Amino acid sequence: MSEHHIKLPEGSIEKTTTTLNLGPTHPATHGVMQNILELDGERIVSTEQTIGYIHRAFEKIAERRPLYQITPLTDRLNYCSSPINNMGWHLTCEKLLGVQTPKRVDYLRIIIMELARISDHLICNSIVGVDSGAYTGFLYVMQYRELIYEIYEEVCGSRLTTNIGRIGGFERNFNDIAFQKLEKFLNEYPRVLKEFENLFTRNRIFMERTIGAGAISGERALNYGFTGPNLRAAGVDYDVRVHSPYSSYEDFQFDIPVGTTGDCYDRFLVRNQEMWQSLSIIEQAYRKVQEFKGAEAEIYHADVPEYYLPEKKDVYTKMEALIWHFKIIMGEIDMPAGEVYHSVEGANGELGFYMISDGGRAPYRLHFRRPCFIYYQAYEELTKGAMLSDAIIVMSSLNLIAGEMDA
Amino acid sequence: MSALTNEYIKNKLTEKFGDQVTGFEEPYGMLTFESPKEANLKVLNFLYDDDTLKFRFLTDLTAVHYPNNTGKELAVVYHLHNIEDNVRIRFKVFTAINKPDVYTATGLFSSANWMERETYDFYGINFVGHPNLKRILNVDEMDYFPMRKEFPLEDQTRIDKDDEMFGRGGTVGFGTEKTTHGTITEEHKGNVGEEIV
Amino acid sequence: MSRPVSYNVKIKKLENDISMAEMPPGHQGDGFFATSLDKVIGLARKNSIWPLPFATSCCGIEFMATMGAHYDLARFGSERVGFSPRQCDLLMVMGTIAKKMGPVVKQVYLQMAEPRWVIAVGACASSGGIFDTYSVLQGIDQVVPVDVYVPGCPPRPEAIIDGVMRIQDLVGKESLRRRNGDQYKALLESYGIQ
Repeated sequence: MSEHHIKLPEGSIEKTTTTLNLGPTHPATHGVMQNILELDGERIVSTEQTIGYIHRAFEKIAERRPLYQITPLTDRLNYCSSPINNMGWHLTCEKLLGVQTPKRVDYLRIIIMELARISDHLICNSIVGVDSGAYTGFLYVMQYRELIYEIYEEVCGSRLTTNIGRIGGFERNFNDIAFQKLEKFLNEYPRVLKEFENLFTRNRIFMERTIGAGAISGERALNYGFTGPNLRAAGVDYDVRVHSPYSSYEDFQFDIPVGTTGDCYDRFLVRNQEMWQSLSIIEQAYRKVQEFKGAEAEIYHADVPEYYLPEKKDVYTKMEALIWHFKIIMGEIDMPAGEVYHSVEGANGELGFYMISDGGRAPYRLHFRRPCFIYYQAYEELTKGAMLSDAIIVMSSLNLIAGEMDA
Repeated sequence: MSALTNEYIKNKLTEKFGDQVTGFEEPYGMLTFESPKEANLKVLNFLYDDDTLKFRFLTDLTAVHYPNNTGKELAVVYHLHNIEDNVRIRFKVFTAINKPDVYTATGLFSSANWMERETYDFYGINFVGHPNLKRILNVDEMDYFPMRKEFPLEDQTRIDKDDEMFGRGGTVGFGTEKTTHGTITEEHKGNVGEEIV
Repeated sequence: MSRPVSYNVKIKKLENDISMAEMPPGHQGDGFFATSLDKVIGLARKNSIWPLPFATSCCGIEFMATMGAHYDLARFGSERVGFSPRQCDLLMVMGTIAKKMGPVVKQVYLQMAEPRWVIAVGACASSGGIFDTYSVLQGIDQVVPVDVYVPGCPPRPEAIIDGVMRIQDLVGKESLRRRNGDQYKALLESYGIQ
């Protein structure tokens, strides 16, 4: 049957594009960001992103706060994996102050950071599932995020915005209950991750939704400033933990999963594999921590009297501890002048802290290098010519956390 | 192990640009230098194209406000990264506050696009040649540049906050202030200290 | 041949209370139960609230944990979370609301149909939280009338559930004529909502 059986005069049907507002409140946008899409039928012609709906002026607040009061601000950057932000900030301060942390502290920090990475990748992967219609995976894995939250609670007291650790280490030693919960997690979680993989990895519907959607090449990704799992899915194996190891990551044996095409399916697989690698790192770190015996097993912080609150029993009995306690609480400690840039491998990529200190109590300038903010610019290129449903999947597979984007 | 040390980078830069690159420092191991703002693209292009330097990844682009440096109040700071040899470098460009024009780096690095918009939003630096220089994080109607040092953190139009309770501002400090002249009122607050008598 | 008919002659005594909701006070007879209309409507409404999760930041992740299997908000009748304001009863604002987002919250609130309730989850939604800055709205009660505030940063899932239970109390006891009354109209006028 001929498709042109109706002869229409030229130019009578004007071809225009539809504007669709994927507004700040939308179930598909995790956190608040707005996308104005120009659609030609079902195909996307161009997009325009508006962000800043949760701009909380962290950098301005940080100019008024002493170093340890900035830690709660860093929590709220990438709130799905807040321990990584906290540890990154403490590592930056330790670089400025020239503090060397003992090995046990490093290994404990690694355990917490890798748990946070698992927690973040779980949210990202299960939300990719939810956005493509598969709600079950999300419900399965949320139960195991509760186990991770319980481990955080044992160490620092809170679940989500943890404010974990201090400059130089931790506020309290990990007790037996924390280690028991960690063992329970290590025993139960691999089975769940396997089940989650079985649901999605070779699932034909999921594969057809995600393969080919939002592909990007390695060179374009580097030009756009991608880092983290999104860059590794595009084929470039850049991981800050391996390139510039911090907190004794060089003592551990782990692989970096790398994809080929950089599309949503590759990102999903890279995050999945990273979770397996994180599990192996946690197991290695846990074994190493258990090797410390006796007095060494009681070390949980470095010696930084200017920034680490002394224990109460020392404050009541010793003079120096009393003086340090007073100075820290009243905010009378000056930090050395200098400028430092330190970055850690956050769950989304290279999370950098650029701090300029002028020798006062609060930083003169603190800037967060936020990976989400930088790679969201590429969204237009990722979705050019794609269908509307692909736009949703690309947005959720990029793991855009609004708190980190707007800071 | 590559021979890309800070010495080597400094020598290559001085031999190419002479006295246009100055201020070489190495705080915490990262080579830092500055150049006049007209030369920023030349330096960035040189660092990108040169086959031994290969700084092809823009890690960060931000700005700092130094209100006391007349003529050089705003500094644009670029952090560049050579991923293959794992070397980082910091490059600063100073500009005056009454004419803050800096050439844009978006031609070279696509990631500079939003980073420059954010810098414009916070500090008011006009990036010449930027495709879409408008505010990104703050509301579009805002008419000042909030991260500059002269602007306060809190919203000054709030009327519901009781500043007295926090010991700042208000007509009283921690209680009813009385001095030898009587109770302090708003107009006297400037010339007398907040004394608790 | 007809099937043999069997009746259940072994009646088991009820051991536990399996009622799903408290019976409101009323008059009971043989085959009827009489009570006042607002009690019945309150009972029905409070056990089937459809929330609209307006999750902006960290509190949104705690809400996701509340909806999960461990802390299950669906037991309270909120199984179906909707994202369309026209179909929802409860606007749950979770997370920091910046000044850029304020008009959006107001627009969503205006699109909701009466009766509607608002719960402000978290310190940022209640009062601006730790962000006393130029860009953060110091509490959503600057733009919409709020019924219940849940403090916390972020509040534990138990606290969010407690907030929803307080909303259920409000919904169950609300008079049917409240939305047409003068006091409610004055409240909306003070927010500039017609």
